[in-house]
Amino acid sequence: MTREVLTFAFRGLAANKLRSGLTTLGILIGVGAVILLVAVGNGSSKQVQQNIERLGTNTLTVTPSTSRGGAGARGGGGGFARAFGGGGAPGAGAQQQTGPRTQAHDLTVDDARAMADASAAPSVKSVSPVVNASSANAAYAGTSHAIQQFVGTYPTYFEASNDPIDRGTYFTNDDVLNDRKVVVIGQTVNEDLFGTVDAVGKQITVNGVNFTVVGVLKTKGSSGFQDADDVAIAPLPAVQESLTGYGALNQIVVQAKTPKTVDAAQSEITDILNQRHGITGSNTADFQIMNQATLQSAISSSSKTFTVLLGAVAAISLLVGGIGITNIMLVTVTERTREIGIRKAIGAPRGAILGQFLVEATVLSLLGGLLGVAAGVIGSEFKVVGVKPVIVPSSIVLALGVSVAIGLFFGSYPANRAAKLRPIEALRHE
Amino acid sequence: MTVLDVRDVTKVYGEGGTAVQALRGVSLAVEQGDYVAIMGASGSGKSTLMNILGCLDVPSSGRYLLDGTDVGTLDDRRLAIVRNRKIGFVFQSFNLIPRMSALANVELPLAYGGVKAADRRRRALAALDRVGLSERVDHEPNELSGGQQQRVAVARALVTAPALLLADEPTGNLDTRSTADVLEVLDGLNAAGRTIVLITHEDDVARHAKRVIRLVDGLIVDDRRRTHVDEPPPGLVGLR
Repeated sequence: MTREVLTFAFRGLAANKLRSGLTTLGILIGVGAVILLVAVGNGSSKQVQQNIERLGTNTLTVTPSTSRGGAGARGGGGGFARAFGGGGAPGAGAQQQTGPRTQAHDLTVDDARAMADASAAPSVKSVSPVVNASSANAAYAGTSHAIQQFVGTYPTYFEASNDPIDRGTYFTNDDVLNDRKVVVIGQTVNEDLFGTVDAVGKQITVNGVNFTVVGVLKTKGSSGFQDADDVAIAPLPAVQESLTGYGALNQIVVQAKTPKTVDAAQSEITDILNQRHGITGSNTADFQIMNQATLQSAISSSSKTFTVLLGAVAAISLLVGGIGITNIMLVTVTERTREIGIRKAIGAPRGAILGQFLVEATVLSLLGGLLGVAAGVIGSEFKVVGVKPVIVPSSIVLALGVSVAIGLFFGSYPANRAAKLRPIEALRHE
Repeated sequence: MTVLDVRDVTKVYGEGGTAVQALRGVSLAVEQGDYVAIMGASGSGKSTLMNILGCLDVPSSGRYLLDGTDVGTLDDRRLAIVRNRKIGFVFQSFNLIPRMSALANVELPLAYGGVKAADRRRRALAALDRVGLSERVDHEPNELSGGQQQRVAVARALVTAPALLLADEPTGNLDTRSTADVLEVLDGLNAAGRTIVLITHEDDVARHAKRVIRLVDGLIVDDRRRTHVDEPPPGLVGLR
């Protein structure tokens, strides 16, 4: 008899195609939204994680503290810090910014050297002082390109900031010591200036100074507002001499020996800088240290909240879809009261009537659920507001399961009402 | 053998001051093979009696034995089985299920009775043949005339080979020609031994029955036998 009940249910659904279709659409949207929005949340958290990993996981970034509050290490991570305009005039300029502090020190190469001291900072693997040139116009054979970040640093920077090379080589310590004008460029700079020509060995002019390209970095991709490939990295002295002047450093990138020693390294360099800058308990530090691992966990927890929020909104639409099923099934039962009466009069047991309407409701929601999964999966193939959604498999299972449960739950009330009808009353119904 | 035995049945609708006594104590026994017409003006309680006989409604008091079983003691599930196996019901307004072919409509009671698909089809086709509609098995109710629809309904009522065929004004919505068709089918069924109880307010229809009962205000006032139970129905004799 199960087969007959199924047949009756499908026949009932087919009799009202538009109504069945619209009800299905309600569930489709609910399930699709759950899958897609959870995928978007997941995708954006993955993207943020990738951006952070791209900066290197066991690195610390020391920057001068320019604001009063100082301690709060906010503002988007190392990628931003890199972009901040190059240091202004040394000494005087820095003192003006300090406000209430008795005396603020800039970050210097000597600071960096002190951090590299193996006895004072045993957890530190490498220290790279960094300056950023504010405006760097590069030119090659008639084409020119404004480089977003022109970085002057030491070779250790490449490893610390996780910048693998594509062609050519990094510059060396020798290049730094001998003040050579060599540069490693990012993919965007490479494509803009050289196109298909091999850049390695060519001379480019940066703000009137000639640099020789020794290497091209691998593509990193854009991170939010900024193209991480629109970058050029040259030895520190060469950049200071030709572009920024011998002023303060913009940042010092410190690489810990292992991810586990990052925290130890942070406290070691904090001690060193406190000592060198004369900072005691009551004074506010004139530098701040950004810890990538801390940043990562903070961001991943906030993106989890974001995902849950999106999922909750979608779940509400699924609930609304479920109420739609109840509504439409109630209409169906009322409309077919007479038919129910006939079926009962010729001996349909209660279970058969109950089953028929439950199956109708469940088929509606299951169909909507399956189509919703398809819609969610297809929708996830596209970028949503700049985020590539990454599907969470459990969200598919959950959404499908919930949609079937919704059919059973929201369908059971109308189905029960149909099954409980007394045949004589149902038959009298017009 | 007694197919149907009603003992002092009453039926009250509503409560208190507005209560309406539809049946005031009806006792009635119907033998197997009988052909009974219940007549009465509207409001006489004949439809109420019919619904009770068809197990669609329950009496307020009294007992009702169908084929020896006291229907009042049965639960919902058993009652459904009784309606399915022992009773065939024909309604005034046909009550076929729309958008289902005549064959599917006739198969329906068998489907609920758990009969296998092939067997079901064979029996439904035989029943439709019996009422002279073997040409129209695939037509849906809205493609059939009133008389044809009612004959499909008769086929649906007899397909389970029930002990009792109940017909509630089966010709009430039909023209003369269709009325004759349907009555001919009923007469034939009775001649073949089927027990039939029908409600009507037309004397022409009642003339086909072997026994005529008149109801007035919920009481039997007249119970007249026209032909012996074992003889063929008067409709067949008279028409020949």
